[in-house]
Amino acid sequence: MITIQLNGEARTLDVPPEMPLLWAIRQVAHLHGTKFGCGISVCGACTVHVDGVPTRACVTPVSAVEGKAVTTIEGLADPVAAAVQTAWTALSVAQCGYCQSGQVMAATALLRANAAPSDADIDAAMDGNLCRCGAYPRIRAAIHDAARRLAGGAAPDAEAPAAAPAALGPSGPASGSARSATR
Amino acid sequence: MKRRTFILAGLGATGALMLGVGLLPPRQRLRGRRGLPTEGGQVALNGWVKVAPDGTVTIIVPKAEMGQGVLTAAAMILAEELEVDWTSVRVEDAPVDPIYNNLAVMVDGLPFHPDDTGRIKRTARWLTTKWMREFGFMVTGGSSSMTDLWGPMGDAGAMAREAFRAAAAAQWQVPAETCRVEGGAVRLNERRLGFGQLVGSVLEHLPKTWTRKDVSEYTIIGRPRARLDAASKADGTAVFGLDAAPADARYAAVALPPTLGATVAGYDAAAARALPGVRAVVPLAGGRFGHLPGVAIVADTWWHATRALDALAVQWTPGAGAAFSSVSAAADLEARATRGDGFEFLKHGDLVAPFKRAAFSVEAFYGVPYLAHAAMEPVNCTVRVAPDGVDVWVGTQVPGVAVKAVAEVVGVEQEAVRLHQRLVGGAFGRRLIVDFVAMAAEIAKQVPGTAVQLLWSREQDMRHGVFRPMVRAKLIAALDGDGKLLALHSASAGQAMLKGWGRFLGDPMLANIPDKTTVEGLTDQPYAIPALRVIHDAVDLPVPVASWRSVGHSYTAFLLESFLDECAAVKQLDPVQYRLGLLADHPRAKAVLQLVADKAGWGTPLAPPAGGGRVGRGVALHWSYQAYVAQVIEVEVSPANALRVRRVVVAVDCGLVINPDGVRQQVESGVLYGLSAALHGEITFEGGAAVQGNFHDYPAVRFAASPVIETHLVLPGDAPPGGVGEVAVPGVAPAIANALFAAGAGRVRTLPIRLAPPEATT
Repeated sequence: MITIQLNGEARTLDVPPEMPLLWAIRQVAHLHGTKFGCGISVCGACTVHVDGVPTRACVTPVSAVEGKAVTTIEGLADPVAAAVQTAWTALSVAQCGYCQSGQVMAATALLRANAAPSDADIDAAMDGNLCRCGAYPRIRAAIHDAARRLAGGAAPDAEAPAAAPAALGPSGPASGSARSATR
Repeated sequence: MKRRTFILAGLGATGALMLGVGLLPPRQRLRGRRGLPTEGGQVALNGWVKVAPDGTVTIIVPKAEMGQGVLTAAAMILAEELEVDWTSVRVEDAPVDPIYNNLAVMVDGLPFHPDDTGRIKRTARWLTTKWMREFGFMVTGGSSSMTDLWGPMGDAGAMAREAFRAAAAAQWQVPAETCRVEGGAVRLNERRLGFGQLVGSVLEHLPKTWTRKDVSEYTIIGRPRARLDAASKADGTAVFGLDAAPADARYAAVALPPTLGATVAGYDAAAARALPGVRAVVPLAGGRFGHLPGVAIVADTWWHATRALDALAVQWTPGAGAAFSSVSAAADLEARATRGDGFEFLKHGDLVAPFKRAAFSVEAFYGVPYLAHAAMEPVNCTVRVAPDGVDVWVGTQVPGVAVKAVAEVVGVEQEAVRLHQRLVGGAFGRRLIVDFVAMAAEIAKQVPGTAVQLLWSREQDMRHGVFRPMVRAKLIAALDGDGKLLALHSASAGQAMLKGWGRFLGDPMLANIPDKTTVEGLTDQPYAIPALRVIHDAVDLPVPVASWRSVGHSYTAFLLESFLDECAAVKQLDPVQYRLGLLADHPRAKAVLQLVADKAGWGTPLAPPAGGGRVGRGVALHWSYQAYVAQVIEVEVSPANALRVRRVVVAVDCGLVINPDGVRQQVESGVLYGLSAALHGEITFEGGAAVQGNFHDYPAVRFAASPVIETHLVLPGDAPPGGVGEVAVPGVAPAIANALFAAGAGRVRTLPIRLAPPEATT
């Protein structure tokens, strides 16, 4: 029996101490937002916060988080996370979406520590989170967007490709070329 | 330009079969065999749309959402015709029914040149459509969803719109044509009846005919639309196959053959069963759906099951592929390509004289490796075999085939199988094969009454996949004194994807006809090459192969687009101008190439890399899945010969654009997927086993290496919707190779791209 603070709630789990946190979360606590990708801490799909620090649940034994605060995507509930998720939705960041719980956890931790990250800061913070669909350009844009939202700036929806019908020009779909640059 | 036709010899074999199908009655795609399930007072107007009393519109999408944004784009097609308020739209997965069979993917797969407008092609397309409507299957693939759904989903929306108009008109006792339909309601002057208010009578007013809207009237199609699944994928509530297991499920881990073709010789079931959490140890015979033999452990968690695998100590009997080495296989493929063995898919023009009178001849060898799909979600499937039927929770590109496989493995009628389609955490072609579904069924059958979730480890997913074939190719060209192309000859060798399919579907027809996907991208391009011959030797090797995002195009674009640059280089001709010279009769191809050159600043000086080194720009143009794509890529090569791709400019003409933001997203996706393959992708085999097993030795592009991607859509407005999901992949590798050549870093002819360390080049 091991007790952890899971999303703000004390949970006593009947699991062996060496069981990776990922499987305790997914198959014992039945929270499915945290994903299995590689099992060896190289893809970031299983990222959770342990006492606020992004942590790979697939290689973290449950015993290592005993008594600590574990937050999964289901437990995100602060303005930073809300801004991240709003930006993610407005910019249609996800494709298949399987890696996105991990991406959102990593991005939220970044913005809590650094309210206005540069591109280099984003590279450093997000490089461990793999995406095979190629969401990187939109993740970068969404992190900047979330930072602006948190700073109280106007939500730059006009830059969000998903919400910019004007990008097609007044003549709509019948003519011209539409451009978007994403990095 | 001369219209070229090429027809497979193999088409004749199926032709007789298809002629019989031509006599079948015409069938619609609007109404399924059974009505859609409804709840809460919903009415189903046809097999594609349901409306609830509160006005909620539920649109049925018979395609797997695996990242490509199909749920959103498909819903847009129907919503446009229905005149519905977008905020009231929901989407739902389709049941398995012939009306949802994918006709477009099969028609696109016919071996005709895209420029061919002849009668034989028209007839073959018509027959194929009829055949697939009756006997085909549901499939998400071949970048075909928009082409396939454009007809039935638009019609379904228009039919429903007219039904609501008529229902309201009858209530008001006015002629229907006086009523307007907009925003989910029928209106007449100040009067308004929402769709939800009309559900009681609308089914009495289903029309026999309807007309589709004109492009100029569109308010949804062609406007950027946020994805319907965006929020659920940002807050973790999206349900993938892996998340679909019921709370009382057990979890299965498997021991799989360590080498190609190995079978189980023995194992210690008792030792595994004695371990904590283990519920059952079950043997796997494997079978015709490509499911492997092995041993499964069913336990309380997947971790318990995985931990017990060691205790099993499975002994294996090596099979025919036990000695397979990709290095020796590559040498054989190279010899075959050199000899020019194989099936001649295309031959037109004089291929003898030009080589005799050529001022220059160019010859080059190219090679590409086996590739794994490496989707983020490892393959998994949950099955429960119960007396009242079999439930299957899975993300699959072929739900009908999955049902067939489960029914056959479990030994029940297909009607007893309930398939619950779930979101797919990336597929790229892997989920076209149902080997893992059949395996899950084989396990669940032996643990009746219990829902069992089969999950493969990342290493199993990568090593026991169905791979993009390894290919070697030799290209030869004859040029005149000005460097102009007179004749081109391509001979390649590698496994055929279609044979891979035949192997997994147990279909000998697929296994025995020449596979045009092995040479697609060479035979179907818009270039006016005066004489062209394309040969491919389909070699049998023990490695399972099948479709990998963009299939044959994934390597043929690398051959042809690299080679055209090599031809242009003979007389130092500009690569863009060289291609434009071959595109006189192809305005769409020409337009994307000119657009990309313009937007990329082709011909202008490039800023040197910050840390010194060389820089270059390369171009590639490729037609695939009814779309023209041109890319210009900028690379930097550091003094230490490290390659960095810094900017990718893409121009796309994919016909009518449904969701422009969705197209842009798929371009970004295709570029990065192609970039990972070009820079890193390689599966090698030694001693009958795949060497690479996880993302550390089969790397993909990560965040910091992700380049700037600029996407430009050409919106012609008249061509019907084409594909986008795969079309940006093929051009990436050749554009990088061409950029490296322009940077003076040498000519890359083998993928993945590995630049020699500086000391080796001096």
